[in-house]
Parts: sequence; C-alpha cells; structure tokens
Amino acid sequence: MGDHELKLLGMWASPFVLRARLALSFKGLSYEYIEEEIFGNKSALLDKSNPVHKKVPVLIHKDKSICESQIIVEYIDEVFSGTGPSLLPVDPYDRAVARFWAAYIDDKLFSLFMMMIKGKTTEDKAKGRRHSFAVAETLEGALKGCSKGKSFFGGDNVGFLDIVLGGFVAWVHTRDILSRSKQFDAGKTPLLAAWLERFCALDATKAVMPDVEKLVELSKMRQARDDAAAAAVSQSN
Amino acid sequence: MWASPMAIRVEWALRLKGVEYEYVDEDLGNKSEALLRYNPVTKKIPVLVDDGKPIAESTIIVEYIDETWKDGYPLMPADPYERAQARFWARFAEDKCNAALYPIFVTTGEAQRKVVHEAQQCLKTLETALKGKKFFGGDNVGYLDIIVGWFAHWLPLIEEVSGASVVTDEELPLMKAWFDRFLAVDVIKAALPDRDRLLALNKARREQLVSSA
Repeated sequence: MGDHELKLLGMWASPFVLRARLALSFKGLSYEYIEEEIFGNKSALLDKSNPVHKKVPVLIHKDKSICESQIIVEYIDEVFSGTGPSLLPVDPYDRAVARFWAAYIDDKLFSLFMMMIKGKTTEDKAKGRRHSFAVAETLEGALKGCSKGKSFFGGDNVGFLDIVLGGFVAWVHTRDILSRSKQFDAGKTPLLAAWLERFCALDATKAVMPDVEKLVELSKMRQARDDAAAAAVSQSN
Repeated sequence: MWASPMAIRVEWALRLKGVEYEYVDEDLGNKSEALLRYNPVTKKIPVLVDDGKPIAESTIIVEYIDETWKDGYPLMPADPYERAQARFWARFAEDKCNAALYPIFVTTGEAQRKVVHEAQQCLKTLETALKGKKFFGGDNVGYLDIIVGWFAHWLPLIEEVSGASVVTDEELPLMKAWFDRFLAVDVIKAALPDRDRLLALNKARREQLVSSA
C-alpha cells in the first residue's frame, strides 16, 4: 500500500469526517487516523492545523493541512490521481454539475438535519421533516440526471457526489431509526432509496461506516442534554 | 444582474480568458422564463449557458471556465495544495466575511461599531492569504482574487453609504493595497458596474433596511 504520509484528524460521528474517510477508502489510500474528542478540548494538533475553524476533518499530507471535507476529497482525487478510481468526473460540465449538487447538499441537507435534531418544538421538527422530503425529491432528480440510468451519481462507479452525500448516510440511518420513518422513502424517492442500499453494501463503505447503534445512543444523549438545558433555562425565567 | 457581485466574478473570468459572451440582464423581481428553465433549483443568477448547457453558482462557474478554456490565462493555481488553499479561502470569504459585512449595512451607531469590529477580524484572517504577494493568486490575478475581488469595488461604497470605516490602512493595510492593485487591472476595471448607479441603489436600500429595523 505504501506510505502516503497521510493523517486524518476526525471524529467518529461526523458526516464530514466520514466523507474524507470514504474518499480515502474508495481510493485505497492508507493513512493514520487521529480521533478528536467530541466533548473534550480540541487537541493542539487540531488547533495548529486548522487555526481558522478548529474543526474536523483535517487532512495532513506531509505536514500540509487541508481543511473542509469537499476540498479534502478534491485534493485527494487530484494528488492521488494515479491511485484507485477517479472521483471527480473528467468532463468540465459534469464536474460543474457534481459540484453544484455537492453545494446544494451542504446547503440544504445539513441544515435540515440540524432542524430535525435540534428543532425546539415539535412543529420545528415537523417542518424539518417536510423540507427534508422536498430536498430528497430534488436529490432524486439529481440522481436521475447524473447517473444516466446507472447505479451511482458517478455512473458505474462511486464518484465525488456519491461520497459527498455518502457522508450523511450514517445520519440518515440514525434518523430513520429515531423517527421510525425513512428519510429516503422507496415509495417517494425510489432511486435514492436504491442508491442508499447499494452504496452501503460496498466494501469500501462498510470499512469506514460508523456504528449506527452508537450514533443512535449519541443522538439520544445529546437530545437529553439539550432538553435538560432547555428545562433549566425555562425554570430560571 | 448589473449590480450583482456574483455575476461580476463570471465576467472577470471570461474576460481574463478572452472568451466572448452575451450578457443578459435579469430583473430579479420578475425572473425570466429562461432563468427559471436554466436554474430551476435555486433560480439565482449568475447562470452561464455554454452551448445550451447551464452552469450555476459563481465559484463553480469560474472553475468551469478555467477547466474548459484550459489553454488560456490560468485562473486556478497549478499546484493541488495551492488549489485547496484557494478554495478554502473562497469558502471562508463566502461563508464568514459576507455574513460579517452585511450587518454593517443595516446598523447604525454603537451596534454598527460592534459589527464593524467583527467584520475587520474576519477580513484580517482572510488578509493572511495575501501576505508577501501582489495578489491572492501571486504575481497575477487568480481565482481567489476573482471571488473576493468584489470587496474592492463594493466595500468602499458600503462604507460611504453606511458611514462606516472598515478597510483602512491601519486595520487592513494589505487588503487596502490589494484593493488598489486589483482595481487597476484593465480587465477588472472594464467590467465594473457604474459607481454612481450602484451608490444610488445601495443608498436607497440602506434607508429602507435601517428604517424597517
């Protein structure tokens, strides 16, 4: 496998870290993984390598730091273009389309998950769920257009956009369990539901997928903590 | 749309490449059928239509232009790490600096002084990417200059309209010097919206926003 001199600073529950791990996994690249604590203090290495945001993931390649999950994926694809499959499409137009949907996913999907998880009222949460179905339907259209009838956004093989959405897959499973409904409903978004199953069945995905049961526990713990904090605030008012 | 900083980026990129294009102005209060057809997802400008194929999101359009006309003037850095850095700062400018600047436009007095200070901290972070260079792109204008370049024309204007002082020689010397250098580039100058017209538009907008605040 060879020493690519790669380190990844991550956190096991983060969808953005998962993206970086998926990219490395699909490219077949070896790296040293360093776990940052969720609720602990940020490590000195994180402070030094991402002084602007102090967030994970950070890819460290021969002492140079690369931050932001999508930027990391593109960097890996460019630097290790000879290793493993190509992640970005070759054609500039296809690349622009993939980047457009990647930006859409980060803009809409992430904030929706936040709304559903952190929504203060049941109404907020319900609003989050409604919007998430609208977003899922839009992504269904994107998948149809990008895949051109094949298995993945990238066509026959997993590509950039599969990995960008793929980062969220563990959270999707977690929300499915907690809400007892499907985020990517086979009735409403059949292509997306099929994609989810197919993507999760791949060895390269399974190799890095976090434990969904642990994510469910973490979600419940965060919810309890938020509820307790909210109760304390309302009691002191 | 004539007053959109995002649309300007695309024009700068096309002009640096020497690519001819037809400019179509949109009335954002009454979006054309073409815009809605070309960008049904976000319905925003700018949209570049190349041979009938639409590309949306200005930062994405600029990379598309660089990749499609790859033998022309280089916009993105050649080195992958430098490219990652350019994309990182572009994202920072879009996500953090833009958000930090807007409040200056809609506030007055003490509230404004506070947000000016916050915006300056944000711009100081961005400024580190300029250290030791003429432009963000090095010796020549590049991708990051194009993405951030609207500050050079719009910020002094916003300062004038809002009565604030943001990019000064004391606080942001590198950025101020870059503003002058950037606006002196012929290709950049050629695509700027008329200052007086922009000033009038923003004066009216500020009055509206401040009075309804």
